[in-house]
Order: sequence, then structure tokens, then C-alpha cells
Amino acid sequence: MFKHFITLQWKSFWRSASLSSGLWMKIFMGFWAIYLIVMMVVGSFGVYTYIDKELSLNPLEVINRFLIYWFVFDLIFKYALQKMPVINIKPLLILPFKKSKIVSFALGKTVFSFFNSIHAFFFVPFSILLIAEGDAPVFNVLLWNIGLIGLVYSNNFLNILLNNKDNLIYFVAGTVAILGGLHYFGYFDITQYTAPFFQGLYEIKWLFLIPIATAIVAYVISFRSFIKDLYLDAGLATKSKNIKTENLQWLDRFGKTAIFLKNDIKLIKRNKRARSTIILSILFLFYGLLFFTGSIEAYDGPVWKIFAGIFVSGGFLLSFGQFVPSWDSSYYPLMMTQNIRYREYLSSKWWLMVIATLLSTILASGYLYFGWESYLAVITGAIFNMGVNSHIVLWAGAYVKTPIDLTSNKKAFGDKQAFNVKTLMLSLPKMVLPMVLYAIGHYAYSPYAGFLLVALAGIAGFAFRNMVFDKIEKIYRTEKYKTIWAYKQKK
Amino acid sequence: MIAVQDITKTYAGNTVLTIEHLEIPKGDSFGLVGNNGAGKTTLFSALLDLIKPTTGHIENNGIRVDQSEEWKSITAAFIDETFLIGYLTAEEYFYFIGELRGQNKADVDALLSEFEDFFHGEILGQKKYLRDLSKGNQKKVGIVATLIGNPEVIILDEPFANLDPTTQIRLKKIIKDLAADPAITVLVSSHDLMHVTEVCSRIVVLDKGEVVKDLETSEETLKELEAHFNK
Repeated sequence: MFKHFITLQWKSFWRSASLSSGLWMKIFMGFWAIYLIVMMVVGSFGVYTYIDKELSLNPLEVINRFLIYWFVFDLIFKYALQKMPVINIKPLLILPFKKSKIVSFALGKTVFSFFNSIHAFFFVPFSILLIAEGDAPVFNVLLWNIGLIGLVYSNNFLNILLNNKDNLIYFVAGTVAILGGLHYFGYFDITQYTAPFFQGLYEIKWLFLIPIATAIVAYVISFRSFIKDLYLDAGLATKSKNIKTENLQWLDRFGKTAIFLKNDIKLIKRNKRARSTIILSILFLFYGLLFFTGSIEAYDGPVWKIFAGIFVSGGFLLSFGQFVPSWDSSYYPLMMTQNIRYREYLSSKWWLMVIATLLSTILASGYLYFGWESYLAVITGAIFNMGVNSHIVLWAGAYVKTPIDLTSNKKAFGDKQAFNVKTLMLSLPKMVLPMVLYAIGHYAYSPYAGFLLVALAGIAGFAFRNMVFDKIEKIYRTEKYKTIWAYKQKK
Repeated sequence: MIAVQDITKTYAGNTVLTIEHLEIPKGDSFGLVGNNGAGKTTLFSALLDLIKPTTGHIENNGIRVDQSEEWKSITAAFIDETFLIGYLTAEEYFYFIGELRGQNKADVDALLSEFEDFFHGEILGQKKYLRDLSKGNQKKVGIVATLIGNPEVIILDEPFANLDPTTQIRLKKIIKDLAADPAITVLVSSHDLMHVTEVCSRIVVLDKGEVVKDLETSEETLKELEAHFNK
């Protein structure tokens, strides 16, 4: 029976229209995965030696203190990044499959996800070090690992359950932020209460049964909720709620551009997939904390400041711009038969990105707390984003022909991918140029010369706006038929 | 108004459309019938420059559709749901199309008021996004949207499909009214021979991408078509 599902998956992968770009992406993702694996292994050695030699503490105890955060972040990452088990369920319903088979295949697929196996690359080397260097008993380390595996899979199935509840994850993330803040400022330390549990996994023989049981319970619950929802008017139904017409007339001051601007704002407000760009930009807003607090040693180099500045101010720009014009893929033939000037269309997207960048920059003023040089990095990053990256991003986007199925997010078993890993990777080259510029200024003269150089490059970028827009227009025109064709291929 | 010159469309050696010459004068109401795969949608898509013919070209109002975009301001079409924006309400969609076609809200409202019958109270003020409407109601929205901004060429692919009987009758009246206007050229494709003979003054039959019949509609047309398809 599973054989059928697997052949279906196989065909849908190889026969999808976006394969050629998809395949390159997969290769690229492969490199990314290898990088992550290497980072995990190196990190595991690094952390062990650092705690052991520099801090002269017991590595296992220290790690156990922070594991609560590890697993909560694991859950958040899974929620944000992991694709839900997508198989085309509707046509299978009336075929002679047992429903339980359909569900167990869908759930079983997630077990082999990269998001689960990545943990091994940290904990296995760490465990080996514990045994080899720290003389820990093999049996206890094994118990500890089994417990952790239980927790990883608890998260895996919890994520599947959470995916149907939109607001719960914000609650979880909010709680973590508050607890983390309280911990950082020394008011309340949650780890005091959770560390004994993780330590217990190591010391107490039977405690590993708890995470294993949790994982099993989570599996059973998600299995049941899946089965129950396998009806056209339940989980497979499109949820619709009462909504009202919006005019957004205040945007009319943007002239012709406003027509599209109004649409784009509705696009973001009304489609989960598009809305995730906002969530992502908020996440990126906090990304700078890693750099400016100096909490991660590797990020202490001066050049990383500008890297942070780009991300903090440009989260939206990077995640949204990448998919222009794919956001409009589901009604692209309409756009192509209307009397539309490509330039107005493009400049609407451009304004949206610029406005979002300005907003992020204002919100990022909290970084003044870490000294005004930190905030200067954000401002410089913003100028570079608006002047240079906004254009690069639109330009690159013109070649992306992956249709975005905005509606799929509404189905319980649809593609729940909140944002695409591709987005992150395609944005890497945009980081390198400002970092190089800054490095030149910084090492040749002074940090301010570095900031100035990057900002000047940003301002110079505005001069190329028309040129780049012409170029993109040309791509849109020459690629028109191909794009329409590619967008017609769902999935 | 519309002139098709020697077009062919070939996909991987498989020719799906071959039309040497086809002229549709201004004010015509033109019906296109044919079985699945006969090339109806392909022809309409080529007419809208959504696909590029392998050879030949199409002119709309004297403008080659693949070379200039001037035809867009006088042409409106509803081919399928890719002409709808799923996350808008019907009103928002109409106003959006109106803005693209240089019509303000009042113009659009005036036009919509003429179609209250046709909407049957299921379109306006529905508090639903277009993607949540039924297929038939989506079609109503798409059809009416093509009438915004006084287009001179209106292209409707399978407009009768998915509509309930009442709406089909009302749609026939709408198309007949359009056909009666000498400034408007209507192009309709359909699988329903009865509908198409009722609303169109000229009917072209496509078979495997070729024009096999080109008829002025008369009393005998329906019989002739039925005979053709009953082979």
C-alpha cells in the first residue's frame, strides 16, 4: 500500500514544472544542509571544550540547563520551516485505502525529516566526548540520548498538531521570549526547574520513558485528529470566515502605483503564506541581538555589524522581494491581459519594500541601548537595502518561476510551509558586498569610513533604479510565455 | 476587428492549432465550438498573447498582439479562474479592474447595478473572498468584470459551464445585448450547441485545431452542428 504513496510522491516530484529550478535549489539546499551538519558537529566539540576547559564546569550539567531553550527553539523552527506532510489526499479518499494507512504514511514521512536528524549531529559527538573525555558511563549517556530522541519526536508531532492552531505558536514564542528575558536580566531562571529533569534523564534509569511516552501520545493524538479531519467538510475544507471589503483609500496619494499597493497590502493581510514575510521580518529584527550583545564570539568581528544591519532592517525586503512576481502567480494571466504598465507594478512592490525597511529601521531603534554605533550599522544597512538590495532582489525574483499557491495554506493538510528556505539562501550574496565595502573602509581608515562607504554605495544604487527597472521589464517581457506556462503548473 | 494570419501552434512536434485565415469583423458575435482538445482555448490564449503561436500572428484592431500592447485597453477576457484574484472580495475585484481600466468607483457601481438580476444576490456584499465562492458564482464575477470599462472586444471561454439554468438564461440575454451593439465584438466558446447558436450570429467549428465549418447562424445551423458532431 505504501508503495503507491511513494510512487505518487516520486511522480509529483519529477513531473513538477518547477523541477529544473527545483533541482538546482535542492542541490543548493544540499550544500546548506552539509554546512549545517558541519556547524553542528563543530559546535558540539566547541561547546564541550569551551565549558570543560574555559569555564571548568561539567559540560553535561551546563548543557542540561539550556536544553529547555534548545527544544523550544526546535519547535519554533519546525513550525516555521518544516513542510507539513503533503500528499494529495482528496483523490485517495474514495480509493480502497484504509484511512489509517493514508494518515500513517503522512505522519511517517515526517519522522525522516532533516529537522529531526540534525539533532543527532550535535548530540552524538557530544556524547562521544562525554564518554571519552568526561569518563561518563556509556549506559547513562545512552539513556540520556534516548530521552532526547523522545523529546525531538514529541516536538515533531506537537508541531503537526500546532500547525492547525494559528495562535498557539505565538503564545509559545511569547512565553519563551519573556522567560528568556527574565533569565537574562536575572529575575527568574526557568532552567533551575528544568535542568534537574534533563539531568534526571542521565541519572535515573526509568526517566527516559517519560519523553518516549510523550512522543507516543503526541503521535496518537495527531493521528486521531488527522483521521477525524479526513472529510471534505472538516480538515480538508477551506475555512472561510466573515470578512469585509476594504478600500484603503489613504493609499491613493501614491497615484497609479496605489492600485497595486492596495492589492499587495491585501495580499499580505489575507494570505498566510504572504503574511509569514511579516513574521519573518519581526524575527530578523531580533536577529541583531546575537551580534550586538556580543553573546556569540564568532560574530564579534566588526564586519558582522553590517551583516546584522542588513538583516535587521531588511527582513521583509529579503523575504518578500524574492518572490515578485510569483506572489501574483495565481492570477498572472489576468495581469498579463490588463492594461498594466510593468513599471507601475514594479514600483509598487519597490515602495512596499522601502516602506517596510523604513519601519523596521524605526522599530530597530531599540538597538541604541547597545550604543549608537550599533544603530548606525542598522541605518547604514537600511540605506544599502533600499538603494541596492531592493533592486537586486526584484531582479533575481524576475527569474523565479515557482508559482505560489496562496490558497493552499488554508487547508488543514495543505502546504503549511510558512516561508521558504530558498529565500534565505538566495539572500546570502546580497550580504557579501556591503561586508566587503565595510571591511575596506574599516581596515583602511576607520569604522565610520566603513559605514560611509556602504551608505554611499546604497545612495549610488538609487541612481540605477531606472536602469534596473528597464532590465526587469525586459525580462518580464521576454520570459512572459514561459512564466505564464510555469505558473499554470500547480505545485 | 480580429484577423488571424496563418497561425499554427506546435507542442513537441504535435500541432494543436492550424488556422490559415480567420477574420472577425467589428460588431460580430462569434461562437467557437469543438470537442475537447479542438484548440478553442489555445486560440483564445493566442489571441490574448498568453501563448505565442509557433508561426503566424494575430491582429486585434490592426495591432499585432505579440508586438504591441495597445490592444489591451480595448480587450477584456475571462478564460478561467486565473483571471480572478482569490483573496479579494467581489467588490474589491471589480474596483481593482475598474482602476486598471480607468473607471472610478461610481462608474463601476453604475455598471454593477445593471447586473443585480444576474448576480442573484450571491455576489455583492457577501463577506467572502472570491476563492471561497462556488465555481458558478466565480464565473459570474469573471464575466461581469469583463464588461467594466467599455471594452470593444470581449472574449469568454465556456461562459455557460457551471452556471445554473436561471443564470444561463440571463447570461444569454447579456451576450445577446452585447452582440446587438455594433461597437462590441464578442467571442464565445461553448460545448453547448444550443446556447451558442442562440447568441452568436456566426459559428466556427474547430476540429483538431482546424476550422472545419464556418456558418452564419440560421434556422438550420443547430441541426447542421448536431449532424457534424454526431458523426
